[in-house]
Amino acid sequence: MLELLIVSTLNGVLFGMLLFLMASGLTLIFSMMGVLNFAHASFYMLGAFFGFQISRWVGFWPALVVGPVLVGAIGAVVERFGLRNVHRHGHVPELLFTFGLAFVIEEVVQMIWGKSPVDFRVPEVLDFPAFTIFATNYPAYKLFMLLISIGIFVALFAVLTKTRIGLIVQASLTHPNMVAHLGHNVPLVFMLVFGLGSALAAIAGVIAGPALVTQSNMAALLGPILFVVVVVGGLGSLSGAFVASLLIGLLQTFAVSVNVSLADVFAVFGFTPGPDSMLDDLWRVTVAQIAPILPYLLLVLVLILKPSGLMGTRET
Amino acid sequence: MTDRVVNAVVGSASRGVPMSALARYGVWVVAAAVLAVLPFVFGSGLALTVMSLMGIAVIFSLSYNILLGQTGLLSFGHAVYYGFGGYLAVHAMKAIVANGLPVPLPVIPLVGGLAGLFFAALFGWVSTKRSGTAFAMISLGLAELIGSSALILRGFFGGEEGITADRTKLLRILDWSFGPQVQVYYLIAVWCLLCAILMYAVTRTPLGRMCNAVRDNPERVQFVGYDPRMVRFLAFCLSGLFAGVAGALAAINFEIANSALFGAVQSGTVLLATFMGGAGFFFGPVLGAVLVVYLQLMLSDLTGIWQLYFGLLFIAMVMFAPSGLAGLIMMHRPLWRARALHRMVPAYFVALVPLLVMLAGAALMIEMFHHLMVKAVEGPAMKFMYIPLHANAVGPWLVGLLMAGGGFLLFHRSFRVVAAAWNRTGVADAAGGRP
Amino acid sequence: MNAPAIELRGVRKSFGATEVIRGVDLAVAAGERHAVIGPNGAGKSTLFNLVSGLLAPSSGSILLKGDDVTGLPPQLINRRGLSRSFQVTNIFHRMSVWENVRCGLLWAGGQRYSFWRSVDNLSEINARTERVLADFNLLERRDVAAGVLTYAEQRALEIAITIAGGADVILLDEPTAGMSRHETDRAVELIRRISEGRTLIIVEHDMSVVFGLADRISVLVYGEIVASGTPQEIRNSARVKEAYLGQEAH
Repeated sequence: MLELLIVSTLNGVLFGMLLFLMASGLTLIFSMMGVLNFAHASFYMLGAFFGFQISRWVGFWPALVVGPVLVGAIGAVVERFGLRNVHRHGHVPELLFTFGLAFVIEEVVQMIWGKSPVDFRVPEVLDFPAFTIFATNYPAYKLFMLLISIGIFVALFAVLTKTRIGLIVQASLTHPNMVAHLGHNVPLVFMLVFGLGSALAAIAGVIAGPALVTQSNMAALLGPILFVVVVVGGLGSLSGAFVASLLIGLLQTFAVSVNVSLADVFAVFGFTPGPDSMLDDLWRVTVAQIAPILPYLLLVLVLILKPSGLMGTRET
Repeated sequence: MTDRVVNAVVGSASRGVPMSALARYGVWVVAAAVLAVLPFVFGSGLALTVMSLMGIAVIFSLSYNILLGQTGLLSFGHAVYYGFGGYLAVHAMKAIVANGLPVPLPVIPLVGGLAGLFFAALFGWVSTKRSGTAFAMISLGLAELIGSSALILRGFFGGEEGITADRTKLLRILDWSFGPQVQVYYLIAVWCLLCAILMYAVTRTPLGRMCNAVRDNPERVQFVGYDPRMVRFLAFCLSGLFAGVAGALAAINFEIANSALFGAVQSGTVLLATFMGGAGFFFGPVLGAVLVVYLQLMLSDLTGIWQLYFGLLFIAMVMFAPSGLAGLIMMHRPLWRARALHRMVPAYFVALVPLLVMLAGAALMIEMFHHLMVKAVEGPAMKFMYIPLHANAVGPWLVGLLMAGGGFLLFHRSFRVVAAAWNRTGVADAAGGRP
Repeated sequence: MNAPAIELRGVRKSFGATEVIRGVDLAVAAGERHAVIGPNGAGKSTLFNLVSGLLAPSSGSILLKGDDVTGLPPQLINRRGLSRSFQVTNIFHRMSVWENVRCGLLWAGGQRYSFWRSVDNLSEINARTERVLADFNLLERRDVAAGVLTYAEQRALEIAITIAGGADVILLDEPTAGMSRHETDRAVELIRRISEGRTLIIVEHDMSVVFGLADRISVLVYGEIVASGTPQEIRNSARVKEAYLGQEAH
């Protein structure tokens, strides 16, 4: 039991930190530019595939740097030549633009790397168990992922609280018109923020690639959870995104190991539902089985109780 | 929104005076006649199938536009109500057959509509609390929730393979079995026309007008006595109702309901169709639905990566023609009225030629790249528009590059010609040229 | 006895640590034209936002025709007969001028959320829409998108939407802001006409408008009402001169 608790906590925090790596970029972009980048998870996917390809050519460590830089550059180009032109049409076309982009990126990835998972392996240096809790070997690579994401979290925190641009960015989270105080270089800052956000997602992609499955549907699988994170946390709230990331990370990890169904719960009270009902599955399905939909249930719950999200202040 | 777009939008909106009966009902009479005659013109099995799919897509897209175009709500999960419509229709058909109830097939879409309405009311109550980006994300989350749940609750949704029903086993009227596709086509056509008329009628009611007001300025709506959340909620319910009808018709057409009905592809397609057709106009989604169904079939025959072209076309429209096909058409209405449309033809021709050259060049390179990446085992020999070539040779790449680059430069220069032609027509509203 | 059209009792409003409205007591009698003046940042717009329901007061209560409306959402306050305009033009940009005005009429005309009646058949509402448009000289522009009107036309439309529903308490937030002298004169004439038989509360910077229009004037300085009285009293009040008019004069 204790073993499960520790391992699940570690995994949950890890997944949560990965989510936050993406959610932070997404939130920064949204707060400053008013665009929720639908293609954000696609940049994460591009990170994973670039990481895979570059690792093959020159090894994992260069890939960890070059991959995100390339993806960041692609993000900047997308902002400069795409989004910026759509901006004058309003927010809905902006969101649609990124939606179309996600669609195209998935198609291109499929064209280049195919539909099946690629063989993206953990680098040999890190391919050993870091420590053993009871009977479980905890892989060193996962520990490395955790350290990287915490490292970036700390760096981001430092930039946001210690630099001038960081302070303005922070202010713009609560007061969108603060962006104007960036001076006459607003378009450049937008381009950089969009590039940086994309690069952060790509870092998550490179480090998650070997541990999870690197496949052309990974953006479509993760994207919706990412958007749940930012809505549950409260759109435009960095701290909200952080809390929601950890919450959903832990929730999903723990749920997977709980094999209890509603029927089991009711059986404790001596009640067994009649068989043969069409919604019979509702009783018999275990928590572990519904783990994938828990984030969405959480979304609905939060919306009913606090429509603006856990720490949200903005209406739209 | 540029002024020009705004103008075009209002051009289609209402005027205060009631229209004459002919103008009011003429369009629908013509539409009914066209729908009735179509099977005699295009009678092949394929054509009937395609037209049936188009009819379903038209209802679905129009229902989607109640949200996107009329109320300003961007949904990424409209397939949820389509899916429930489909599932409940199949369950209803099964129950009717099993119990020998005297219910004919043509009323089944009503069951689907009620299912769509019920679930739209249920989920809409939560999601319409928010608008804008948050609403969009919530709709996506709800779609994921329902899509995944459909695979878990196998008893109701039938798991991966879904549930099936035989549409010919219901009570027959006038000896129509609904076995032949042409009979299904007419069923869809009648429902399509009925739904289109109803949805158009709704835009002309106080609620329909307030939907537009909420789209434009939800804050001000509060100060004329309306609750924007309530307006969004009611629009959402109506939209779910018609989406349910479309889903039921799809289920009748395929005689199956499976979890793909709920899928992200379904939700994405209706968004693409509505936007590309033109969300600002009532008839825009009709164009979009017909076009998208046609493109899906035609492009998937032509190339293995049609979805990529589809995505690129969508991005291009978002960037350069955000008011969609309908917007492009309506832009020319002042010219048409001034009988000056023909004067644009030479200028458009000058723009069209380099555009086509550019697109052909780009497509050539994409196809060669695709061939090298995906069909490497077949060797470098391939065909592009019936022309044999080698994907790894320098020549075709150079040609592609030249066509795309040169085409782009010339196309870009042709803008001036087009703008000048606009100005020469002297129609004030049309000033500004192409987007 | 008649309750005041609007009554504020000890209304306070804070944003975070800043208190913007600091205990306002104000009563406006039915049928009165009341102007609220004060320097920039005095809280005039906030006061309107509180009365119209856009913001809820931190404490105190607001009564509309004797009924407590404190904390009600804007649409409920509007349905009780209070309508307001905005300082920054707040119209339905993509809809036609005609549609804009009719939107202001639908609820008041008893249409609620009806989706079974065609707006084309609402002859009474359409006739009234036409009358309002004629009053505001907007009839020729009826089919134009509101977003492409000139600034002065948009300001007129803003007020047209506000009064279309026939509310008996009207709040106008700087109706003549940004208008030329000539446009202002016409606007004053219009406001005088439309406020006939209704209660009008107006926030305005242009003193000629205020003194030409108002029956009574309240002076709001730093979230407090420092004086309230007839135009004559306000003109002569030493306190007002010191706090406000004096500043402007120099």
